[in-house]
Amino acid sequence: MIIKKNKPVIETRRNVLKTLAIGAGAAAGASILPGFVRYAQAQSSAPIKIGFQVHRTGIGAAYGRWYDRTTMAAAKLINDNGGINGRPVEIVAEDDGTDPKRGAEVVEKFATQHNCDIGFGTLFSHVVIGSAPRAGELKLPYFVVSEGHHVASGMLNRYTLQPGITDVKSQVQAMAPFVASTLGKKVTMIFPDFAFGHDHRDYFSAAVEAQGGEVLAKIAIPPTESSFTKYFPQIPSGTEVIYHVMVGPAVLTFVKEMGEFFGPNRPEIFGFIDSLEAVDLGSSGLEFLEGTYFWEGNPRYAQADQSEHDKFYREAVGVDDNGASISDPKDVSTYSHMFGCWETLHIVKAGMEAAGYQGPADRAKLIEAVEAMTDMPLSREHPQGAKRFNGKTHQTFGHQYISRVESGRLVLAHTTSIEDTLYPDETDYTTQSF
Amino acid sequence: MNNKSKSLALHGGVIAALFALQFVLPAYHHGNLARIMVLACYAMGYNVLFGYSGLLSLGHAMFFAAGMYGMALTIQHLGFPPSAALLTGIAAAFVVSAVVGFLALRTTGVAFMIVTLMFAQAFYLAILNLGEYTRGDEGFVIQQADRIMAGVDLSDASNRYFAALILFSVCMAVTLRLVHAPAGRILVAIRENEERARMLGYDIFRHKLAAVVISGTLSGLAGAGYGLLFGYAGASFATVQYSIFPLLWVLLGGAGTVLGPLVGTLFMFYLIDLSSGLTSAYMLIAGAVLVLLTLFARQGLVGEIRRRFAPWLP
Repeated sequence: MIIKKNKPVIETRRNVLKTLAIGAGAAAGASILPGFVRYAQAQSSAPIKIGFQVHRTGIGAAYGRWYDRTTMAAAKLINDNGGINGRPVEIVAEDDGTDPKRGAEVVEKFATQHNCDIGFGTLFSHVVIGSAPRAGELKLPYFVVSEGHHVASGMLNRYTLQPGITDVKSQVQAMAPFVASTLGKKVTMIFPDFAFGHDHRDYFSAAVEAQGGEVLAKIAIPPTESSFTKYFPQIPSGTEVIYHVMVGPAVLTFVKEMGEFFGPNRPEIFGFIDSLEAVDLGSSGLEFLEGTYFWEGNPRYAQADQSEHDKFYREAVGVDDNGASISDPKDVSTYSHMFGCWETLHIVKAGMEAAGYQGPADRAKLIEAVEAMTDMPLSREHPQGAKRFNGKTHQTFGHQYISRVESGRLVLAHTTSIEDTLYPDETDYTTQSF
Repeated sequence: MNNKSKSLALHGGVIAALFALQFVLPAYHHGNLARIMVLACYAMGYNVLFGYSGLLSLGHAMFFAAGMYGMALTIQHLGFPPSAALLTGIAAAFVVSAVVGFLALRTTGVAFMIVTLMFAQAFYLAILNLGEYTRGDEGFVIQQADRIMAGVDLSDASNRYFAALILFSVCMAVTLRLVHAPAGRILVAIRENEERARMLGYDIFRHKLAAVVISGTLSGLAGAGYGLLFGYAGASFATVQYSIFPLLWVLLGGAGTVLGPLVGTLFMFYLIDLSSGLTSAYMLIAGAVLVLLTLFARQGLVGEIRRRFAPWLP
């Protein structure tokens, strides 16, 4: 039997002072070193901390600026309506420099220093893919807003989900029926010679051939190219539709040179708005786009039949009817992507409420609650349109929009069904353990 | 205690301190230090060429990426176990550095910088072009199941730290051995006065080539280790930005010092990490600090310590 010696009941003054000093020191330490021990406080009233991995610098900065505004607007709305499970939402933003190495470091910071409940908001695919392994290892739910196929392909892990934006594979394949039936069956593709372009090349080729169409030529443009005139003669003469997905600052040159090459006798032209996100359609050199078609994730210009939900969302984020900032008409939004932040935060709220989320110990419950979600109707929470979430692949599916440039504005010409975007499951994350 | 003993005691002490730190560091800094040790290996590799041999390369990301992809592609497409993949990564960096060194060393000075930059750019574009295998700019994940080496799960925080410490210790030992060896002194002689070294009868090309190969192979070891420990291989690690980083780390820490790369990497990492919490213009802060250091500590942090207090520092 072990008998513990009792401490003397009466403390000496020195001991009391020593204890007080240690306590004060620890409290001061905790306050200046937030990541170390501060989160030991009770969870019930503490804010839900959402680590926002934002592209403030680097190639994704234009997207990051608008992802930031959308996220803050969504968080404000959620807080104005009582927060999540009665707790306020706190957005903890960290710049990842649009770099996968820094992205992984930021995820570590969310999990182990800021003690965030989840990570959220990443757009660029290489940052997602570089960060997701760390999120999985640190068991941090990681809600990406990327539109990459990486989640649904099975490359990532159970902690990584994409419930608020559709992926490139579903977007591209949903374009094929419209292109083949309305614009023409003989297509020439012009795309950047890296993974984003290769996804378009592979998914669209297969989809348009399934529609009885044919890809006559696949013209890959090196990412360092700044002039495109030498590529246009490679376009076969029988081409009925040019499909282009050029991105980056060279897109203005690309469009201008394409216009100079074809003159008034051009084939039909279809592109992805990714090329022109955050770019004013009135920019010099873009006149040639008049009458051409674009995929849009969410129509930039308020349409004649604009839903009340889009109107509400647009006002909350501070976007005018032309898709630009209400405070600066030249500051054009990334309207086809940024809704994903809004919708994802609302899905996180719904998931946490369904799971009775109290703190990091409930992270697995949160993921299971989101995995159990299926149909999400058009609403203020989902202003882009109805969604159908696949819990096995952690990927959402939804309507896609095709717009035509008319008088310098994008006018909605076609809306795809959700069924057009579906494809067979390529993975089942629910079989992975937590 | 002679200089060599002092040197061994200091560097052994650094490794012992790094070993001990894992038991006291909070989780965030524990993870950071593991990453910093691997990146310091890259900087040490760069330092062999730049600090000791006086050759300024702007293409070292190519060697880092050669190691990373040599390791990752063999796991991804050939099903290699991680130990064999790591060796393949090192071998890939060895071969690439030997070939590039053989060709690039026909030039000197600014031309050497340009040629290494061009080779690295070609390497980067090749990674993008071979997207079918490399997944181009997106890169790919090295799954947790593929990162279990000899029964040790490298995705576990403690194992990762220990593996990073081993990598760091190996690179430090190689660098120390080199700078204490006659060959290392010849490299310094070449750096200080190439013509004089040639007149003394040394084969300049052979020694420079050896420096490129050792430097490139250490960089490749760091690249392979980084991919294996953090589970990702991507083309961004082959961009020119990742050739500039080791140059900055070495300049900050002290070119031509064994500990300089670690200090420089550590300093730069936390400079970015802390300043990014203050402003999105954190690179401006980093730039200002670099300018100040260049003005007031021209030989880098460890270099200044060597100049002022410890001339025996290797």
